[in-house]
Amino acid sequence: MHRLIAPLLLVILVLAGWGARADGIDDAYDALSASALTISPASFDSVRHGVEQLAVSGDPRAAVVIGALHDGMLYANDDHALFVQQPDGTYVDARTGAAAPDVTDDDVKAVRVNNAVRGAIDGALGILQLFSPDSPVRLEAASAVFTSHDPAALPALDKALAKETDPAVKRRIEQARAAALLSAPDASQADRLAAVATLRDRGDQDARSLLSALAGQTGPVADAASAAVVSIDRVLQIWSIAESVYYGISLGSVLLLAAAGLAITFGVMGVINMAHGEMVMIGAYVTFVVQQLMHAYLPSLYGISLLIAVPMAFLVSGLIGVAVERSLIRWLYGRPLETLLATWGLSLVLQQVVRSLFGANNRDVDTPGWMSGAYQLGGLTLTWNRMYIILFAFLVVAALMAALRYTPLGLRMRAVTQNRRMAAAMGIRTPWIDALTFGLGSGVAGIAGVALSQIDNVSPNLGQGYIIDSFMVVVFGGVGNLWGTTLGALTLGIVNKFLEPIAGAVLAKIVVLVLLILFVQRNPRGMFPLKGRAVEA
Amino acid sequence: MKLDRTSSITIVAVIGLSLILAFLNQMTDVASAAHVPTYVIALAGKYLCFAMLALAVDLVWGFAGILSLGHAAFFALGGYAMGMYLMRQIGTRGVYGNAMLPDFMVFLGWKELPWYWHGFEWFGFAMLMAVLVPATLAGVFGWLAFRSRVTGVYLSIITQALTYALLLAFFRNDMGFGGNNGLTDFKDIVGFNVQADSTRSALLVISALLLCAQFLLARFVVDSRFGKILIAVRDTESRTRFLGYRPESYKLVVWILSAVMAGIGGALYVPQVGIINPSEFAPGNSIEAVIWVAVGGRGTLVGAILGAILVNFGKTWFTGALPEIWLYALGAMFIFVTLFLPRGVMGLFRARQAKEPEPEAPAVAAAHEVTG
Repeated sequence: MHRLIAPLLLVILVLAGWGARADGIDDAYDALSASALTISPASFDSVRHGVEQLAVSGDPRAAVVIGALHDGMLYANDDHALFVQQPDGTYVDARTGAAAPDVTDDDVKAVRVNNAVRGAIDGALGILQLFSPDSPVRLEAASAVFTSHDPAALPALDKALAKETDPAVKRRIEQARAAALLSAPDASQADRLAAVATLRDRGDQDARSLLSALAGQTGPVADAASAAVVSIDRVLQIWSIAESVYYGISLGSVLLLAAAGLAITFGVMGVINMAHGEMVMIGAYVTFVVQQLMHAYLPSLYGISLLIAVPMAFLVSGLIGVAVERSLIRWLYGRPLETLLATWGLSLVLQQVVRSLFGANNRDVDTPGWMSGAYQLGGLTLTWNRMYIILFAFLVVAALMAALRYTPLGLRMRAVTQNRRMAAAMGIRTPWIDALTFGLGSGVAGIAGVALSQIDNVSPNLGQGYIIDSFMVVVFGGVGNLWGTTLGALTLGIVNKFLEPIAGAVLAKIVVLVLLILFVQRNPRGMFPLKGRAVEA
Repeated sequence: MKLDRTSSITIVAVIGLSLILAFLNQMTDVASAAHVPTYVIALAGKYLCFAMLALAVDLVWGFAGILSLGHAAFFALGGYAMGMYLMRQIGTRGVYGNAMLPDFMVFLGWKELPWYWHGFEWFGFAMLMAVLVPATLAGVFGWLAFRSRVTGVYLSIITQALTYALLLAFFRNDMGFGGNNGLTDFKDIVGFNVQADSTRSALLVISALLLCAQFLLARFVVDSRFGKILIAVRDTESRTRFLGYRPESYKLVVWILSAVMAGIGGALYVPQVGIINPSEFAPGNSIEAVIWVAVGGRGTLVGAILGAILVNFGKTWFTGALPEIWLYALGAMFIFVTLFLPRGVMGLFRARQAKEPEPEAPAVAAAHEVTG
């Protein structure tokens, strides 16, 4: 065997050497065919050069040919003529695009690629996309070139820059060109300084890593680069603070949603409702059911199923709340510790009911199209669903405040909490107001469930994750005070998010809990205690 | 100290039944009808440890009016102290055969034993820690809470936050307590094989003896002058303060005592179940301990022991026979007991004895006064 292989290798090597010499001509197309005929390092090199040349040649057929090579559809015959196989199996001439009806499968061999060639193809396709008619594609391509910052792309970038009309794409191409220039060994100092300035203006993490690679060297370019790194760091730090604030507000709005209902049942009525989390969970399941029903019966309105789920969740959780108040809680007024135990029992029962009805697994609740996606604000990525939840949380709290302040029911609720006997003497049916107040708090919890179904797993345990946090928010903010609850939720969210990069997510939560425990020791009535005689219970 | 009849019956029953179970396990043939299998011994031992936790909860809730929703934290801390001792006893018999480091530390690539693990190779030190660590935590927490007059529901909620924070902390691998998996795979306790039937029986009897000792101690505390003031604090804290007592000091002492009792329960629990992991800190566990007391009868001590054993027996039976039903049953029990049986099972027994004080009555009146 070995005796046979050695001469065979010799033949291949000789052929390859010949192939490389023959392909040393300028014509990229000839270069491309090398690996179809012989397989050797030299032939692959030749193909790679061919791809690179073709990419910057500006040839209108370049994209088709390189695309065909990428898809394994590029073939060559023994005369180095290239053909592209069409989806129907026929061939066209690669250079002209003219049909070649007399070429058959037997006449041609596939142009082979190795990893180096594949890399070149990807780079080439990226460069070619710089000339695409769609501006998003061009933007994408410019970003890809920026990431690869391959000096070989410089001619193409120059050409693309001259043609570009869209200012955003133009800026991106300039940045890509600057990145490539910095990697080019033979660029002039003026060019490099200009490139540093361009990257400095870009001011993100990618630009920083490119510049910091330069900053270690000596010379004016390096000095400019290290100055730019400092300036970018400052900008990045501001964005990272802004990001922490945004994530904090986002977490705070989730806490606020979970706690808003509790601010009514616990804050206003003084009922320790440990089943509050389960009201949230029921709201999330209502969302699931509404989506399933809409999917089955009203597919045309599926997009707004969340909007329909909001009032439905309010009604379902609210009605359950009224039923719970009438059957359980009204027997336990004035016995807070017993209420706590009974409602904990209730929460176990509700969880098990939902588990029996829907199963223990997570249920999928879809995010509608208008809630997915993100908005780029400078260095911040604002996802739409988080934005909507923040907005929704504030709407819910505003609606709740308005309901308490401006509706007749709200008036009666306030009257009953302030002075039950006097309210009763004025003809208010206090037991019903109790039931409705509890229903309102539970209904708001249900609404929270609709929002949480978008960011959390809809499972029977959904509510348990929020119950301790919600109580903490209400106690922290000051019982019976919706403003306090709002501010408390946002403070906790932001503090948590600022601690996270320092301490890690779990430790941050522990630190926040410990801080809260200490805070409650100092201020047992929260940030905004109610003044007056009713406080000292 | 003179014992009433119920207390004497309880002590005789707990010790007697444990001895009988241990005897039937050790002295009878496996095939014989009278033989008690070892899993029953372990189960009974577990119930007795839970009874210690219930006793601890009853001492603070029933007599000082502090509803702790985080008592399982003290229980688990005691358990971890025992678990650390048992881990060090494994020695080179672990999967990785490291004489110094427990398996999970080798797995995490740790090179040295963390400083807080030193000393736990000695049984005495570990047991001291099983008492001291819960006592210290309770001391710091209680000192802060009672001094600033955090009472009632607020206190309940922050005790819950405390155990929740510990739960999260012990889940972390970096803490050096085995993270999610906790401590397990124990081999020896003071030279005896943890898995052996004889060790199990001995542990059961020891649990029974310690439970009775704790019961007597609690009985002594609540019957003393100190206990009378505690009850006064429970019923009307402000009035007691106006009479010149310092409620926070009384509460702090009984709170620390209760944490120590829970810690001892936890330390005995671990060798009998063979594992300790962070889920013992789950807030649900602490609340379950409260329901044992509520079922048995709050403020009776005997009721706490009875309730812990009854509810846990029910749980074992339900989760075996009708697992779907268990949460319904537990939840319904919470609701039923609070609505219809405010004095628990012991309330049924003692309905005839009029001398029994009404645990909640004055506080209820005061609360009505305020809420109008």
